[in-house]
Amino acid sequence: MSIQFKSIADLREMLDDKSISASELIQESLELAKKYKELNCFVTMNEEFSVKKANAIDVNKKTSSRLSGIPLAQKDLFCTEGLRTTCSSKILSNFIPPYTATAVKKLEDAGSITIGKTNMDEFAMGSSNETSFFGNVHNPWKKGYVPGGSSGGSAAAVAAGIVPAATGTDTGGSIRQPAAHCGITGLKPTYGRISRWGMIAFASSLDQAGPLARTAEDCAILLNTMSGHDAKDTTSLNSNVPDFLENINQPIDGLKIGLIKEFNLSDLDSQVQARFEESKKAYEKLGAQFIEVSLPNISASVPTYYSIAPAECSSNLSRFDGVRFGHRAESTDDLNDLYIKSRSEGFGDEVKRRILIGTYALSAGYYDAYYKKAQQVRRLIKNDFDNAFQSVDALMTPTSPNTAFKFGSKGTQNPVELYLEDLFTISSNLAGLPAISIPHGQVNSLPVGLQLIGNFLREDQLLNAAHIFQKNSDYHLAKPNLGDF
Amino acid sequence: MSWETVIGLETHVQLSTKTKLFSRASTAFGASPNTNVNLIDCGLPGVLPSVNKEAFYKAIRFGMAVGAQINQTSIFDRKNYFYADLPKGYQITQMDLPIVIGGSIEIIIDELTKTINITRAHLEEDAGKSIHDEFEGFSAIDLNRAGTPLLEIVSEPEISNAKEAVAYMKAMHQLVTFLDVSDGNMAQGSLRCDANVSIRKKGDKELGTRTEIKNINSFKFIEKAINFEIKRQIKILENGEKVVQETRLYDSSKDETRPMRSKEFANDYRYFPEPDLLPVIISDEEIQKIRDEFPELPKEKEIRYQQEYGLTAMMRKSLHPLSPWLISLKLLYKKRKITPFYQIG
Repeated sequence: MSIQFKSIADLREMLDDKSISASELIQESLELAKKYKELNCFVTMNEEFSVKKANAIDVNKKTSSRLSGIPLAQKDLFCTEGLRTTCSSKILSNFIPPYTATAVKKLEDAGSITIGKTNMDEFAMGSSNETSFFGNVHNPWKKGYVPGGSSGGSAAAVAAGIVPAATGTDTGGSIRQPAAHCGITGLKPTYGRISRWGMIAFASSLDQAGPLARTAEDCAILLNTMSGHDAKDTTSLNSNVPDFLENINQPIDGLKIGLIKEFNLSDLDSQVQARFEESKKAYEKLGAQFIEVSLPNISASVPTYYSIAPAECSSNLSRFDGVRFGHRAESTDDLNDLYIKSRSEGFGDEVKRRILIGTYALSAGYYDAYYKKAQQVRRLIKNDFDNAFQSVDALMTPTSPNTAFKFGSKGTQNPVELYLEDLFTISSNLAGLPAISIPHGQVNSLPVGLQLIGNFLREDQLLNAAHIFQKNSDYHLAKPNLGDF
Repeated sequence: MSWETVIGLETHVQLSTKTKLFSRASTAFGASPNTNVNLIDCGLPGVLPSVNKEAFYKAIRFGMAVGAQINQTSIFDRKNYFYADLPKGYQITQMDLPIVIGGSIEIIIDELTKTINITRAHLEEDAGKSIHDEFEGFSAIDLNRAGTPLLEIVSEPEISNAKEAVAYMKAMHQLVTFLDVSDGNMAQGSLRCDANVSIRKKGDKELGTRTEIKNINSFKFIEKAINFEIKRQIKILENGEKVVQETRLYDSSKDETRPMRSKEFANDYRYFPEPDLLPVIISDEEIQKIRDEFPELPKEKEIRYQQEYGLTAMMRKSLHPLSPWLISLKLLYKKRKITPFYQIG
């Protein structure tokens, strides 16, 4: 029986009833990765180590953990000891970290096997995976179409059934939007739920790791393992981590879902709108109530985000200077020349653009007008959410205003066009709130995602609402036709 | 014409913590290059800082000793600039909410006491070292010092001449060693200062254009550098020219200061709050604990001796806890692990 498109829960059963060994499972997963090489999901494979670890698991025969022997893919911005970590950038194209990120280490300690590192937008800056130094990733649903970004490689690898789940990071929608475009489930947890140690920073106050998987249940399995306080990341939360599987099956009778008044959905594509209305009805049938709520400052999310995120990125990316690691330009005249050439050669256009915007936003005379002002607006947006959650349990929006688009069709002339892709996802990063995207049908044979935003630390409620939806529908079971690859 | 000198000092005190400000690497001096360095100190991708509370306790001890206000909530900021021995491309420092605000230090010049007010004292990490003369055609970087905690103490511009500046630095040295805040080893760079020097016409209210002499690390050089700079600036002004605001370096072999970074005033460090660290909150209990363990300050002791034992000024002076012979006696006791028979200093 093929392991392609199987969930973690399915594979666990197969491993436990011995219909497959860990070695066979990993071998098959690696072969699928090779078979669909053209998708360009992976930047670096981890074949030798994967095979060894699977063999060791088979010999040990201890399967105490749900994740033991399960193949996973890691977004290529998690540092992995001894395994190249590039952030899909030329500047790190030769970087082999001496340590492993906490989130990945926890998954690996639980017995899961990292089969490779996935392609992404360079330093996670992008919404289409087109800024990668290692080339575009195809959407498994349609060749020549973007998988979304920045966790595009992770989303495509899961959607193509190569691995049951993968890690991603979400700074402004980078887990949820590619999950939506690839027809899978993706969760951005509460800021601080998962340690950022070993995650190469884009915008420190917004970055958050999370799972991409075929089901909400599998997201819960990964979240259980990835979560928790880490002494190495003092911004990680010191709060109790519940078992996210425990209440996932609870009925959602009386769940209060808010619809955000300021998001005028009638501006959207009529079919995206229609899917949204259908899902609303489905939730009503499951016992949920809908309430309109107002978040007066939410429309300022995109400009606020595009002031704060580039500012932090301009500083975070200063360490890529060609001095201690990464790409160093040859034949340079002096230190300044070394910086200029190494960074000019090492970074792509979008990264340079954001470093420039951020440097400007932080510079003397502009700091108050841009960065500081943006932080104040961010506080107002957070307050709006706090108010809304007085009367509702979750908020519902489309994940993205559009479905996946053709390579090169958006943002090439005007980058802002692409920034608006993040309209629905960005505000939960600014407020630090958890949010999930689940597939809820298709428009023109391309998947569409539904987003639920939860209150602080209430991933359990989101996973519950998503799981009940998936139990009563089969959108998440739809598989792409991979005949073109 | 009669001129008046205005000097403000920024003193960098290396705190005598065992480990660095944001990592658990050792701060020991003299290790082979790049051995007291961990992932955090070399600014690898993905690493994050965590605060060493011991550095805060030492900063607070200093603050209490100079009668300052302690900010129980203080935040770190990033100061962004590129340099080869600055691994992250920014220095983590404190800008808007430093740990210590205000306070003062007394100096004695020719038997007269003068109070120099302190503006603020903030915690920050030191940079590494660039070595330019050891390898032909290459510069070498030693990151052992990178991340070592510094307390930068900024004085008000209330120092009037080189002699006072030296007295201020000596008082500072005595205080930080007495408090065990720093080992005070100037040759190893544990105590160094930047001097902001400006000249104005006597009686003028407005300050003249200042220059900043960087990284002076001995009492002798402080005096010489400031005196050279005063003469240089007066000469410029007497010729009817203008002093250029710049950073200068004191070259002890030539006994002169010369420009280091003439475009310094145009530097833009793009400060912003460090998003990798939460505000550091010092609890009332922590403050109380530091207060309880606080040694009796020289001044308090002097008053007590006078009241309890009726010591004269002369006797008090020789028993002054900061008098050199008492300090060496204390060190001797400490070394030999002997508890003194009666309380000294």
